[in-house]
Amino acid sequence: MDTRTLVVEDATIRTPRMSQPRPVEEIRSVVIRFVGDSGDGMQLTGNEFSKSIARAGHDFATHPDYPSEIRAPTGTLFGVSGYQIQFSSGQVFTSGDAPDVLVAMNPAALKTNLPDLKHGGIIIANSGAFTDGNLQKAGYQTSPLEDGSLADFRLYAIDIAEFTTQALQHTGLSRKEVGRCKNYYALGLMLCLYGRPLESEEEDIRAKFAKNPDIAEANVIALRAGHAYAESAEMFVSTYQVRAADITPGTYRSLTGNHAAALGFVAASELAKVPLFLGSYPITPATDILHELSGLKHYNVTTFQAEDEIAGICSAIGAAYGGVLGLTTTSGPGMALKTEALGLAVMLELPLVITNVQRGGPSTGLPTKVEQSDLLQAVYGRNGECPIPVIAARSPADCFDCAIEAFRIAVKYMTPVIFLSDGGIGNATEPWRIPDPASLPPLEVNFRTNPDGFQPYARDEHLARAWVRPGTPGMEHRVGGLEKDFLTGNISHDPNNHQRMVEVRAAKVAGVAQDIPPLTVEGPLSGDLLIVGWGSTYGSIVQAREQAELAGKSVAHVHLRHLNPLPDDLGEILSRYKTVLVPELNLGQLSRLLRERYLRDVVVMSKVQGKMFKVSEIRDRILELC
Amino acid sequence: MNQLTELKPLTKKDFESDQDVRWCPGCGDYALLAQMQKLLPTLGIPRENFAFISGIGCSSRFPYYMETYGMHSIHGRAPAIASGLKLARPELSVWVVSGDGDSLAIGGNHFIHAMRRNIGLKIILLNNRIYGLTKGQYSPTSEFGKKTKTTPHGSIDRPFSPISVALGAGATFVARTIDSDLQHLQQTLKRAAEHPGTAFVEVLQNCIVFNDGAYDDISGKQTRADARILLEQGKPLRFGKDGSKGIRMRGFEPEVVTVGENGITEADLLVHDEAAANGGLAFFLSQFAAPLPVPMGVFRAVEAPSYDELNAELAADARAKKGDGTLERLFNSGDTWVVN
Repeated sequence: MDTRTLVVEDATIRTPRMSQPRPVEEIRSVVIRFVGDSGDGMQLTGNEFSKSIARAGHDFATHPDYPSEIRAPTGTLFGVSGYQIQFSSGQVFTSGDAPDVLVAMNPAALKTNLPDLKHGGIIIANSGAFTDGNLQKAGYQTSPLEDGSLADFRLYAIDIAEFTTQALQHTGLSRKEVGRCKNYYALGLMLCLYGRPLESEEEDIRAKFAKNPDIAEANVIALRAGHAYAESAEMFVSTYQVRAADITPGTYRSLTGNHAAALGFVAASELAKVPLFLGSYPITPATDILHELSGLKHYNVTTFQAEDEIAGICSAIGAAYGGVLGLTTTSGPGMALKTEALGLAVMLELPLVITNVQRGGPSTGLPTKVEQSDLLQAVYGRNGECPIPVIAARSPADCFDCAIEAFRIAVKYMTPVIFLSDGGIGNATEPWRIPDPASLPPLEVNFRTNPDGFQPYARDEHLARAWVRPGTPGMEHRVGGLEKDFLTGNISHDPNNHQRMVEVRAAKVAGVAQDIPPLTVEGPLSGDLLIVGWGSTYGSIVQAREQAELAGKSVAHVHLRHLNPLPDDLGEILSRYKTVLVPELNLGQLSRLLRERYLRDVVVMSKVQGKMFKVSEIRDRILELC
Repeated sequence: MNQLTELKPLTKKDFESDQDVRWCPGCGDYALLAQMQKLLPTLGIPRENFAFISGIGCSSRFPYYMETYGMHSIHGRAPAIASGLKLARPELSVWVVSGDGDSLAIGGNHFIHAMRRNIGLKIILLNNRIYGLTKGQYSPTSEFGKKTKTTPHGSIDRPFSPISVALGAGATFVARTIDSDLQHLQQTLKRAAEHPGTAFVEVLQNCIVFNDGAYDDISGKQTRADARILLEQGKPLRFGKDGSKGIRMRGFEPEVVTVGENGITEADLLVHDEAAANGGLAFFLSQFAAPLPVPMGVFRAVEAPSYDELNAELAADARAKKGDGTLERLFNSGDTWVVN
């Protein structure tokens, strides 16, 4: 890549000259990061850009990275919000290790993100925001746009704010309103740089601001101005074209993990022909599931914003007792609050799904950042012998399948199920191939209505008790948190009955393993190194393994969806490799489960920085191990 | 089976489960159980449509003794569980049976939100002003200065009135009754059952083991006429053996007066209005404590849209505007693109 620094003085490019047709540089994949103040609209810009990329038929993955402050003081280092997208002509599994292009709206954004930029990468800086005040807030003594410190990069300093103002000078909008349009100027620039047309984006803007046509037109003007600037300014020596990816034909849409989960829950409800009830309390980063489902009142969906996390799960338990699909959604600290009610759900043996979109912990921790540190809590974190099946999604789109799988286990085995997602995939997007609803596997629910010989805690071949809807005549019965008699469900303090009940609850959950399909091993079926992953580390591991393979290494990868119980074939698979590497965004929680269950050591690869693994981090570890 | 059940009128016996009742002999909870079992067959609701939800505490064993659907859940959470059940199944008659510790200490948050939301729950709070199941610690309704196992030098914790809390949280039906007056208990439960929204009933209940005699003044034959005052809709507030005493307002303070003395007539007395739009009178009455007579009866009964009905309306509106949702539509909403 060309590493010349190209600092363009604002004055020289006010009236861009038309240039010769530029060379088109073809590249395989590109990583772009948009960064600015929390109020600069970087999430919107990033989202719009990814939509356009999607329309071009690329595979992509995104990663929003925002601070927990809603709008920190402008220009500060801690107020920087970012959005990263990787798109490619091949398959994309992560939002990318290091950006090729950094769009920085102010000095603080440049300062905090520059260390991640690839050597020789492109910086597009909003030079108008590089004022003395902003430079000082970001801790710069001199302007990095002028002092030569960015010589290793391709720098394009563009006064985005000023150009936007000029473009909008005849619209009659206020300064503040004009200021809000500059992210569309930046978007226009980027769309041009990557050869994307404006028409569909303009339609989107007009739809988005339908209630305020003046603002819509202003944004369209800003978008066109940015696009025209990039097209005509000689500063862009080439544009970049990424060929469309070789993707399975079908209709696609872009989904975040939380959105995909919401669709999955509705799908479960429709497939089971049983209404869905969500009891939830707002908490980052899980709240979007509540948002999505709240807008679906024309489905058999009831949402209830409860007074607290405890009421969230308790209302869902009440709904499940009433014979609907009970769901609660939360994140780490909320999960802690729900613990007692989880025990009740285990005792009641009612179907319930608890979704934990994990974030950095402990306590309030890092609310907007990714971590996988609630695994042991999910598997073990309750009083008493309290087994609960646990599954985890590997990608945003996988949240759809996991949501259905969670309810399938819950109703078949009459048990609460914990579904682990995390802040990394909950807010990140990727393309989702829209399935034909008729192709989805059926979800069978049978309510018992025959009172003859009914015993509330009698069990079927899967050790599940019957689900009875209140309102069914002749089957009135009581359930509760006190230990139950093995058959009648009445209170029992009998020592042998308790032993039997503790064991049967454990056996029931262990039995879920019989439903887990055989694991898929990527790479050699035996050999030196096996990587075992779970959850959102999937993308990084897949790419790291591919890169290691290209480097001539023999390395396999198996990725777990079911974490409790573990798949029956996992132990045998582990035994076929000399070394097992477990990368996790915690201090080694799956590693503990594997050691405990299979009595074999594994190599822990741990990261707790509120960030995903970089592909290179895992690849380098692989190369060290084999 | 179904038809036979409908043809045969239900009796008290139909609501008695096969479980042995295990409260202490003489416990006030027995009175509530018997009156409830007597009331339910008269409501015209099929037995299978009743559900009783409780938390933890002596009174929370209640569901086990009712031959209805029921759940003995966890401490303080019954209103939250009942709210989910009622929202999922609005056609059910959902009752919560709780105590002063369960509802007002550990479950205080759920209690106030159940009151304000008006989901159509019937919530009974058996108030014995003590923790019985953990053997005698003070509760949020125990008197200031009370000596218990955890307050050997007397409680310095100021109690509150469940009625005041319920009113403050915006409850649409609030009443008080007592375990020893079976007729009044029955009447009050009936009023609660018939209220269209959430109904709250405080039952003053004697704990014979850990707080015996807590309500002797209010229940004793010799003392009760002076110690309590019956709230009757549209009637002046009179009490005392021959009804000679009454409550008169002096500014914002209540004053006990004797009708016929010092020129005071019934027209000077405060008149009860449970349906007043302004909840001020009900709250004023809820603060009465000795030496003022303790009010018994319905403090407040007003109609307001219930959450479950509004929720059903929102769903119906959404269906009218958007049509019944299908997975096909759900999946294909938003920006889609086709890859060939």
